Amino acid sequence: MDSLLEVDQISVSFDGFKAINNLSFQIGDQELRAIIGPNGAGKTTFMDIVTGKTRPDSGDVLWGEKNTSLLRRSESDIARMGVGRKFQRPTVFEDQSVEDNLMMALQNDRGPLKTLFYHYSEDDRNKVANIATDIGLSAEISRLAGELSHGQKQWLEIGMLLAQNPRLLLVDEPAAGMTGDERKKTVKLLKKLAKDHAVVVVEHDMEFVRSLECRVTVLHEGSVLAEGSLDHVTNNQEVIDVYLGR
Amino acid sequence: MSEVTLTQPAPKQEFGGPLTRFLMRNPSTLVFLCLLAGFTIAITILSEGFGLGLISTSLVKTLGKTLCFCLVALAMDLLWGYCGILSLGHFAFFGLGGYMIGMWLMYARTELIIIKAGEAAALPMTPGEIHEAIGTQIFGVVGGSEFPLVWAFAHSFWAQLALVILVPGILALVFGWLAFRSRVTGVYLSILTQAMTLALALYLFQNDSGLRGNNGLSGLQNLPGLEETPQAVVSVWFLWASAFALGTSYLVIKLIVESKFGNIIRAIRDDESRVRFLGYNVEGYKLFVFVLTAIMAGIAGALYYPQAGIINPAEIAPIASIYLAVWVAIGGRGRLYGSVIGAAFVSLLSSMFTGGQIPNISLGFYTIQWVDWWLVLLGLTFVATTLYAPNGLGGLFDLLTSKKEPDDG
Repeated sequence: MDSLLEVDQISVSFDGFKAINNLSFQIGDQELRAIIGPNGAGKTTFMDIVTGKTRPDSGDVLWGEKNTSLLRRSESDIARMGVGRKFQRPTVFEDQSVEDNLMMALQNDRGPLKTLFYHYSEDDRNKVANIATDIGLSAEISRLAGELSHGQKQWLEIGMLLAQNPRLLLVDEPAAGMTGDERKKTVKLLKKLAKDHAVVVVEHDMEFVRSLECRVTVLHEGSVLAEGSLDHVTNNQEVIDVYLGR
Repeated sequence: MSEVTLTQPAPKQEFGGPLTRFLMRNPSTLVFLCLLAGFTIAITILSEGFGLGLISTSLVKTLGKTLCFCLVALAMDLLWGYCGILSLGHFAFFGLGGYMIGMWLMYARTELIIIKAGEAAALPMTPGEIHEAIGTQIFGVVGGSEFPLVWAFAHSFWAQLALVILVPGILALVFGWLAFRSRVTGVYLSILTQAMTLALALYLFQNDSGLRGNNGLSGLQNLPGLEETPQAVVSVWFLWASAFALGTSYLVIKLIVESKFGNIIRAIRDDESRVRFLGYNVEGYKLFVFVLTAIMAGIAGALYYPQAGIINPAEIAPIASIYLAVWVAIGGRGRLYGSVIGAAFVSLLSSMFTGGQIPNISLGFYTIQWVDWWLVLLGLTFVATTLYAPNGLGGLFDLLTSKKEPDDG
């Protein structure tokens, strides 16, 4: 399997603390992958590096068929190349309507002059309407995002990622703060997404990870401790010692 | 946009261009433009120069200058209220615009005076002699007679008019590029802009800065070649020009904030790193807004100082830019008419209080001198607005029109 994202021996330290230590792994095209690990294992730092927020001290992050390095590129460049990110707490633009939020995420020209003279086309409106239906917010489309419930904001953010249509989706703790019903819906959606996108889910919740039925990577102290099916890694003695056994 | 989809009855598209339709969708803009036109016509009718002579020329000038303040406040609202960049240095651009037009006004008028004086002489003056005489006349006050390099285009009206836009624009471009590229945000950026305007003011205070040091440029109210035209008429011309610039800018800014671009800058204001992860080049957007508002401030300054008659470096002291932020905060951010109301209200009140038009209050043991206490009152109003009425004066309109979205205008 060709890899879409290849993380090659990256290390980064903050004030002497090694947040990521010689981390390497690969994610294939249209793969669903869960990353688990205790607090401080480097999960968020890994996402920061891939999305361009943090620069590693050494190593490389390679992207796509041409193995383009993502280092030294800005966050917005990387996002335009096809890496989408969903944050832990829902970050939507509360002062703007659901429709405006989705329109902003829609794949279109992103230059200032282009957006200044932009006319929303019928096609844009249809796309946004379809996404709103997918995420169950079509009735709320002209409401301000700030008026939505916590769960609805999570959905709106996922909708924005759908509109952005990235090749790789990094999802940070999607189940946090969700009810049981919403979790089921989220699992279904993530699995559906993984059919034509690569999806990386960072999650604490073991039950949630189990329901994703995907390959799991366990991080510990900034490097990969184990990788494989959930049953495989949960039976690994090292993993039990550092994470599950506590 | 939601309102577009909801309110787009077919008949409206049949008459009027896109602009008419835009105004129909944004009634507040239409109301503002009508009020501004009505105000301008009313003042013209009441003025000494064109009408009944019921209001003095100096009041016409004050009102014209106030419109220029409204224009720079409008720009500030786009920058701060919509894009979240609290610049405390936009009066530097305002002052630069004034200096640029002031250079031409002073040069051209001095030139005319010297040519006139030279006509009496037996030998006609050569262009070189005229140029030299102008230099002596303008720079004698700072002990020089040579033209500094910055005056290279002062003889040309059109060149200086271009510089009104170019000088503030390029300064904002360079400053903004450096600051935004280094991801300087929030209060640090505000401090940096204060430093910029302070540095510029200190530089201009020097006699060898080329702009006559602390003397500044004066006599700007006299338009070259129009000495015969009374100030009563000139003041109304400038009122018209200021009102036109304010109205046009209001419309342009409203079009900007209602576009997709407007949504993106509001998103940058609320969470700029999220906008980055959506793939937008946040720095480019900020720079665009910063430069555009600097140019608008420059135009406002170029209209203001011919009405004020004099410009000196004290005008771009850091405090001026802080006042600008106070106007916009009191008027209400993120609603264009709020900044206009704030600038007009506070600056007119300020000139009344400091101009001795409000009687001092005697408490027996102490007399409240408004010249001193006005700033205290303004400061308290600012704090009170920030704490208890974040929507400012403009927020009062929300009460009238019941529940309305803050950015709906």
